[in-house]
Amino acid sequence: MSEGLTKSQARNIFFGGSLFFFVVFAALTGHSHYYAVSKSTNAQNLTDAVVRGKRIWEKHACINCHTILGEGAYYAPELGNVFVRYGGKDDPAGAKEAIKAWMTSQPSGIPGRRQMPNFQLTDPELNDLADFLEWVSKINTQGWPPKDSG
Amino acid sequence: MKYQSQKVALAYFACAMILFAAQVTFGLVLGYIYVAPNFLSELLPFNIARMIHTNALVVWLLLGFFGASYYLIPEETERELHSPKLAYIQLVLLMVGASAAVIGYLFRIHEGREFLEQPLWVKLGIVVAALIFLYNVTMTVLQGRKTVITNVLLLGLWGIALFFLFSLYNPANLTVDKMYWWYVVHIWVEGVWELVMASVLAFMMLKLTGVDREVVEKWLYVIVALALFTGLLGTGHHYYWIGTPGYWQWIGSIFSALEILPFFAMVMFTFVMVWKGRREHPNKAALLWALGCSVLAFFGAGVWGFMHTLAPMNYYTHGTQVTAAHGHLAFFGAYVSMNLAIITYAMPYLLGRRPYNQVLNMASFWLMASGMSFMTFTLTFAGVVQTHLQRVLGQGFMDVQDQLSLFYWMRLGSGVVVVLGALLFIYATFVPRREVIETVNPAAAPAE
Repeated sequence: MSEGLTKSQARNIFFGGSLFFFVVFAALTGHSHYYAVSKSTNAQNLTDAVVRGKRIWEKHACINCHTILGEGAYYAPELGNVFVRYGGKDDPAGAKEAIKAWMTSQPSGIPGRRQMPNFQLTDPELNDLADFLEWVSKINTQGWPPKDSG
Repeated sequence: MKYQSQKVALAYFACAMILFAAQVTFGLVLGYIYVAPNFLSELLPFNIARMIHTNALVVWLLLGFFGASYYLIPEETERELHSPKLAYIQLVLLMVGASAAVIGYLFRIHEGREFLEQPLWVKLGIVVAALIFLYNVTMTVLQGRKTVITNVLLLGLWGIALFFLFSLYNPANLTVDKMYWWYVVHIWVEGVWELVMASVLAFMMLKLTGVDREVVEKWLYVIVALALFTGLLGTGHHYYWIGTPGYWQWIGSIFSALEILPFFAMVMFTFVMVWKGRREHPNKAALLWALGCSVLAFFGAGVWGFMHTLAPMNYYTHGTQVTAAHGHLAFFGAYVSMNLAIITYAMPYLLGRRPYNQVLNMASFWLMASGMSFMTFTLTFAGVVQTHLQRVLGQGFMDVQDQLSLFYWMRLGSGVVVVLGALLFIYATFVPRREVIETVNPAAAPAE
């Protein structure tokens, strides 16, 4: 290590610099928080149904197979844009029905095919989940994913 | 072992190894499900098995950190632990919480954010255990000699506890949820955990090489400064596509690209210390793990992280098997190896004997390191193919996955090697026997 740097200088650089970067980071996340709730996520459409849908998403740990906005396990398809993939841009009602039909038809039991459990969701729960996925699909994600395939 | 209370570490290491065995076993099950998807699909679906795989990993790494702290803090502060009894209570709390969580997962009792699936009462139990721990080690440090190693270690441990509090905050807005979720996940593994890692490595270098404390401590400050200067704003590489502002693509790309620097500094540090060191420590296996740790962390966290961290690249690779490849080698290189290094170093002292089973231990290093490297390569190839087919050509997810099965078979094979290595490590560490090969007399050894 450089002879020019004393231990106390190294310490001061570490503490001072870390504090500086933490403050910058905290300020930027503060701004991003504001940006998320005011601009990028259509917070006005964050209805009770969407919130309930998110809790259903969590209750069944969907993220430990799927990804949502690219985060999660990589075992099952991306669901951030599943609503778009099911044609929700042109036919929202049709996409919702397709998502619900998919959920209720699992598991397929086809040999050699990845199996999704049946979570025994009621019809109102399926509606909430579909509303959540619709809301997520409209978040401004800077153009990600590159293709509708997710 | 100079201080009686260091013995606490033994119980922590033993519990850590139980969870390590569970973690790699569930990893193997997951690897098998990838190639035979109908396996246990009703009884143990993929999402439940994965939660156990990742949670067991995190908890055993933390147990290792706690054990390492209880081992090295008495030596650094030159006094007994404030309260060994509290340390055992903390361990019981953590093990009860961890076992309850795992059993609960099997019965579908869990929350639903990745890695933070523990039910609320387990999370609160973790917070209580962390408070007991911080009280115990902080009191010890305050009353004893203060060194840079204990300062940095303590800062890292306090950071772990403080940032874990964000796990209790789960906002309804998914974008906001994700932002603060990363406050736990990223700031742990690419922030405060690096402080723990660097200070434990510094302690080991001090002991294994006999280099001056002054030199080691200066290195330590430089390493942890690089870690936090780059790692905090480096969180931005998770804020590209989740509904956060576009400026994160610049900030995240620049700072996370620099996150390779602390890992490079750790490689330089460990090798320069060993090179300059005058001491021939008899525990060669511990030295192998320490050097292996810095090298594998450099490749797993540093190089494999850099590979997909720039926003224009990440746009295509985000959330593919490339991420899985990076995750495996980064965790193994940085935190698994660091824990196994300090366990290998401390166990002979904790058992009051000369280093034992060194050949077996070193064999376990090569098994695990090569198995994990091979796994990383296969997942990287799988990820590159996936990126092209799915993200460039726009083929459907499952159609692409069906084309990757060869890679998943090879990954399963490498997983078997890793599990064998892990079991061998546990055997070599906890079933001591008489050393077969005598330690070479340093004076008689030929100079390099």
